[in-house]
Amino acid sequence: MRYLISSLLGLVVGVALFFVVLYYNPFAARPAVSPLAVSGQRLIDLTYSGVATETIAFINSGESIIKPHPDTISELWEPAVELSWVSVVTLTNALGAPAGIGFKFSSESERSSILQSKALVDSVWHVWLPERGGFFVDQTENYWSYIRDVVIPARWNSSDRWRGTWNRITTIGPNALGTGRVSGASGEFAGMRTEAVELLTTRAYSAVNGPVSMTGNLTISLPSPDEDAR
Amino acid sequence: MFKTFILGLILGLGGTVALAYYLPVVNQHREASLITFEANVGTTEVFHVNLPGDRILAGIHGPDRSYPAGLHWPEDQMFSGAQAELFKLRDRNDVVVGVASRISSGRGGAEEPIQWTLNLPARGTMFVLLNPAETGAGTRNGALHAGTRDFAKLSGSVLEQFSDNVSTSDAESTARIHLVTRLVGPQVPEE
Repeated sequence: MRYLISSLLGLVVGVALFFVVLYYNPFAARPAVSPLAVSGQRLIDLTYSGVATETIAFINSGESIIKPHPDTISELWEPAVELSWVSVVTLTNALGAPAGIGFKFSSESERSSILQSKALVDSVWHVWLPERGGFFVDQTENYWSYIRDVVIPARWNSSDRWRGTWNRITTIGPNALGTGRVSGASGEFAGMRTEAVELLTTRAYSAVNGPVSMTGNLTISLPSPDEDAR
Repeated sequence: MFKTFILGLILGLGGTVALAYYLPVVNQHREASLITFEANVGTTEVFHVNLPGDRILAGIHGPDRSYPAGLHWPEDQMFSGAQAELFKLRDRNDVVVGVASRISSGRGGAEEPIQWTLNLPARGTMFVLLNPAETGAGTRNGALHAGTRDFAKLSGSVLEQFSDNVSTSDAESTARIHLVTRLVGPQVPEE
């Protein structure tokens, strides 16, 4: 009996040790500095609100703690789309003025891996800036550090809330430098192939309703005129 | 007793690692891809949107013009004339396989293409540009401009066709937008 208890105790400690190592893994942190910031190229910085009620529309399966917005909108309940969500946002420029509309399609990625600290989301942006043109962004995002640093502490907190400043680049690919792919469609972006990164800043999160204060920044690198000519 | 504790610990740690390695974290639902092959054309796939049943959102500049009720579309003058829509996307069997957005600037001209994003979560995304000029009644032609995952290396044409007075699976829908993709993979050099 003693041996059974000690082996069971060892089993429980082993499982707990796995989760402790996973949670405190220092190699899972993502840099907060954009790889595009050191490229020396011209950048477009577009900002949007990551709070569902501050978007034009937020659509998901309706099963999440983050409720669809407005509440009259259809839900993505069908099996093929139930692990997906769509945000329709007003994108603002560096001066805070409206610059365009963005549709962000996100879906949980099958390449997610607990062992590699990867909570991956495959996301694409369909962006239209009326005075400049449209473009498409393909990116893979990793939300591991967001879950570890914001979502879990909010659940552990007795008031179900988290407050602080969490600031990370969520884009990790598909490009080698951890940037997303941009394909220009019209206007000044027509035919352009370039890179983008997305940065999230969270200041308050509720374990009951989701993000309370969150902004996202989509940064697009513009090729220099010399590169365009080449 | 210490030895059995260590054995249990190793089993617990190793078992959890093995579970985390072998159990998929995410398992996207897949519908069979209904693709037909046409000689000298490539693979053809037909998607459609039932209207108005599959319309999730329609953003149009002006008071009370957007759908659904309660949606606040930006009032800035720069958005006037444009139309942005979001739909559920169905395959040939009328099963929802994805979500699609369509943006039309309303200005016309080949330099202002109609943009479609067809997002199929289990397969990838197609970004399509269509010439705004109709080539027939309710028909527009265009091309796959960019793709992700399964569609990343494909290229080809896309046709948009609007049909009125059609019978659909849901009673309220009477119209349909067909999207026909004809895609080919990259050319592989012969050995």
